Amino acid sequence: MFKDIRFQLIIAVLLWVGTYVSLIPLSEWVVSLFPVERESHLGEAMAFFIYDAPKVLLLLTAVVFVMGIINTWFTPERTRTLLAGRSLGLANILAASLGVVTPFCSCSAVPLFIGFVQAGVPLGVTFSFLIAAPMVNEIALTLLFGLFGWKVALLYLVLGLLVAILGGLVLGKLGLEKYLEQWVQDIEKKQHSFDAEQLTFSDRLQAGVVSVKDVVGKVWIYILLGISVGAFIHGFVPENFMASFMGKSAWWSVPLAVIIGVPMYSSAAGIIPVVQALLAKGAALGTALAFMMSVVALSLPELIILRKVLTLRLIITFVSIVASGILLVGFIFNLVL
Amino acid sequence: MIDVKVLGGGCANCKNTIKLVEEVAREQGVEIKLEKVEDMQDIMAYDVMSTPGVVINGSVVHRGSVPQRDRVMDWFSGE
Repeated sequence: MFKDIRFQLIIAVLLWVGTYVSLIPLSEWVVSLFPVERESHLGEAMAFFIYDAPKVLLLLTAVVFVMGIINTWFTPERTRTLLAGRSLGLANILAASLGVVTPFCSCSAVPLFIGFVQAGVPLGVTFSFLIAAPMVNEIALTLLFGLFGWKVALLYLVLGLLVAILGGLVLGKLGLEKYLEQWVQDIEKKQHSFDAEQLTFSDRLQAGVVSVKDVVGKVWIYILLGISVGAFIHGFVPENFMASFMGKSAWWSVPLAVIIGVPMYSSAAGIIPVVQALLAKGAALGTALAFMMSVVALSLPELIILRKVLTLRLIITFVSIVASGILLVGFIFNLVL
Repeated sequence: MIDVKVLGGGCANCKNTIKLVEEVAREQGVEIKLEKVEDMQDIMAYDVMSTPGVVINGSVVHRGSVPQRDRVMDWFSGE
């Protein structure tokens, strides 16, 4: 019985809930153990770290586990079958949404791209998928939820999907097929049969456990680093310090944030805690979101990988359109809020 | 002799897969012929969209992640 994965799961859930609901008293108690004034700079920084780090890690574990299970239904092969033979428009919405739930690693961006092209998925639809997949992922959404609350997380989800859908539509309308590398253009289109692997429920649970080990095992260090930097900013940077150069009145800060963000490569895990701290010190939400999106959505390593299938010209077009979309998001936000 | 191909263009998970396959084969005393397939066109010939993929005696048995150790053992014990 103790070896049964379902039984283990129930124990894990109980432990999880127990820890989560007692986080605030527990973290305050831990802080009080240190010989530090609670109201001092160091006390503030410590309280932030000791409460937020376990909270975010707990949330992430739960979400990654559930996503690991959901992912077993959305293999890239099934996603391709769903998208093949559709035309621009509704298919972009579908592609962007599938980008959220299909497991994606930028290291397989090329085989995925080719697989889509081969199956006759239109280029614009493929791009919608490729923009959404890295940008709107469970790690980013969980951190946003944990550190900013559900409204900002939802906003990020909706706007991220919007950038992916519109970006893909525009790229599709531009008729850029001729700017694919020659060998990609020469690939024969073919029909794919798709047989779903027969997985039992405990196989799927197992997949959830594996992705927790994989993902949380990899990102926890970035989260701790990000939260440490964030904690430092919380404790030591003066209030409203960021307002002058990342505030609403500084319109140029949005493009600047995007320009700095595009070549930067960090997982959402590391960047979001820092952004949260900047926000607390007077940075505008639109500017902060634009920065975050450009760091997460566009990264140099992924672009270098995509260079195998896209000509430089197509890469530049791709980056400019996604960056403009993000820019727009930043401006609209600063204007509305 | 089992013919094993690991498909994937040098990602970290591909290397881990190769290491795992070699390790399990050695432990079980199974003779294998291991081949790394890194060329994108060759990978696509197997219709694998997420690397690493594993091909045993010509058929794709796994794609998208480092396989579980138990599964690798199953492949080698001929199940």
